[in-house]
Amino acid sequence: METQIGGSSVEVTDEGYLKDINQWSREVAIGIAEKEGVTLADDHWKVLEFLQNQYKNGTPLTIRSVGKSGVCSIKELYALFPDGPLKKSTKIAGIPKPVSCI
Amino acid sequence: MKNIVILGSGTAGTIMANHLTGDLPKDEWTISIIDPLKWHYYQPGFLFVPFEMYDPEEIRKPIEKFIPKGVDFINKEADVILPEENTVRLKDGTNVNYDILIIATGSDIAPQETEGMKGPCWRKDVFDFYSNDGAIALRDKLKDWEGGHLVVHITEMPIKCPVAPLEFAFLADSFFKDKNMRDKVKISFVTPLSGAFTKPKATAVLQHLLTEKNIEVVPDFYIEKVDGENKKIVDYGGREVEYDVLVTIPTNMGNPLMERSGIGDDLNFVPTDKGTLQSKVKDNIFVIGDATDVPTSKAGSVAHFEAEILLDNIKSFIRGEAFKEEFDGHANCFIETGNSKAILIDFNYEHEPTTGSFPITGIGPMKLLKETRMNHLGKLAFKWIYWNMLLPGRKIPLVTPNMSKAGKDIED
Ligand SMILES: Cc1cc2nc3c(=O)[nH]c(=O)nc-3n(C[C@H](O)[C@H](O)[C@H](O)COP(=O)(O)OP(=O)(O)OC[C@H]3O[C@@H](n4cnc5c(N)ncnc54)[C@H](O)[C@@H]3O)c2cc1C
Repeated sequence: METQIGGSSVEVTDEGYLKDINQWSREVAIGIAEKEGVTLADDHWKVLEFLQNQYKNGTPLTIRSVGKSGVCSIKELYALFPDGPLKKSTKIAGIPKPVSCI
Repeated sequence: MKNIVILGSGTAGTIMANHLTGDLPKDEWTISIIDPLKWHYYQPGFLFVPFEMYDPEEIRKPIEKFIPKGVDFINKEADVILPEENTVRLKDGTNVNYDILIIATGSDIAPQETEGMKGPCWRKDVFDFYSNDGAIALRDKLKDWEGGHLVVHITEMPIKCPVAPLEFAFLADSFFKDKNMRDKVKISFVTPLSGAFTKPKATAVLQHLLTEKNIEVVPDFYIEKVDGENKKIVDYGGREVEYDVLVTIPTNMGNPLMERSGIGDDLNFVPTDKGTLQSKVKDNIFVIGDATDVPTSKAGSVAHFEAEILLDNIKSFIRGEAFKEEFDGHANCFIETGNSKAILIDFNYEHEPTTGSFPITGIGPMKLLKETRMNHLGKLAFKWIYWNMLLPGRKIPLVTPNMSKAGKDIED
């Protein structure tokens, strides 16, 4: 489905995840974050960048792997993206919802 | 002579030993299998032990019984794999050299990964049923438990047999109903997932059953610690759930041998090509069963499907030919729902479980994603099939290694 976020028109899934990471921009991220009730600061951007890199390398994402990355601890991740941090942070990072859960 | 070494004689390793002996020329290949255990456990049976539906004695058999003649059984623990030297070093210091290595070391619970889980409360009011000892301790606890809050909990994914915790909750509901004390027991299902299961259509069906059976779901709960003193679990977001009896599925991890060998991921699973089952460590190392990091369920049925593909690929590898076979992630499992009923699901990397029917010779067509008595009989028959067909590596009629779309209501 097509929708307007952060001033551009993007394709999203039913759950609001971007279908194409190439449509992601900082403005789009800020737009999605607003809807999720998150105001992005430096620490958030670091996590988003880490997630995008992991995704581009094809590494499966789990809360554990973020906690071990050195970017932030699991506790900090929860503080940055409360309630379902991985779901929220991946949505804002413009990457698919992780399937770390099979 | 060349050596093919199988590490682990559980479900996957045993099936491979049986496949290979029938297939490799005996004058060219020696097959060895390494495992320190005396018993082979039928792990799906652990689910039924706490409810006294199976006796612990009836779900184990001597490990050697299933190792085919002509295969060298090394009843010892492996300490480290040295890929550069094509060697497995055992705990007692002996080296076992190989031309081809098959890793089949499975996965195990790691309660020590969660703060407070393995404390003084372990197996007093915090239990697991993913191990023989755990299932027996839980049986003894439930036998004369007077009721309270029973919390069924998943620590983190992936876990083997991801439907087992749900089945446990369903069976607990039936168990306490039969004991005429369901009104004294509150059952909650606490999970790091957003819903009952990992696949949307199956989640909808299972969620409905949970509601019907009055089992409360607490989703998106990622545990930080067990507070054994105050009998509660706490998640990283600060949420708390109190319990009287906690039945948890601790973190599941591959064998620590992977860490010592420097070849595992965060959870000691071995990076593996999801189609060919060749490891990403070295080209003469293959991985099968729960030990891999491939994105499908960790289940005995999966190990069985993988084994047929892996046999063909190893033969191609020996001949120096390109791999012909690609595994599609096929998984097939019965979900016990209590009251002598069960649901059957069949899926792969691409297709999620759906409705339809599934053929099994001798038992008849089973209904997919529907609760039936026939599916429950199928689940019970699985024990016989496991010992008599699966482990010996016999083909199960009509059930193909890659998923068949026949009979399924697939939309696309
Ligand atoms: C409660 C429960 C219910 C289940 N229900 C089902 C079900 O209904 N259907 C289904 O299909 N599956 C089910 N499963 C999953 C199934 O049992 C496993 O997926 C299957 O056994 C995996 O086989 P494997 O060979 O990979 O590992 P395992 O069978 O666990 O074997 C691993 C072997 O490797 C050996 N090993 C480990 N480390 C070393 C070492 N360092 N040196 C030497 N040997 C080593 C171990 O001793 C062990 O014997 C269930 C599991 C559980 C726990």
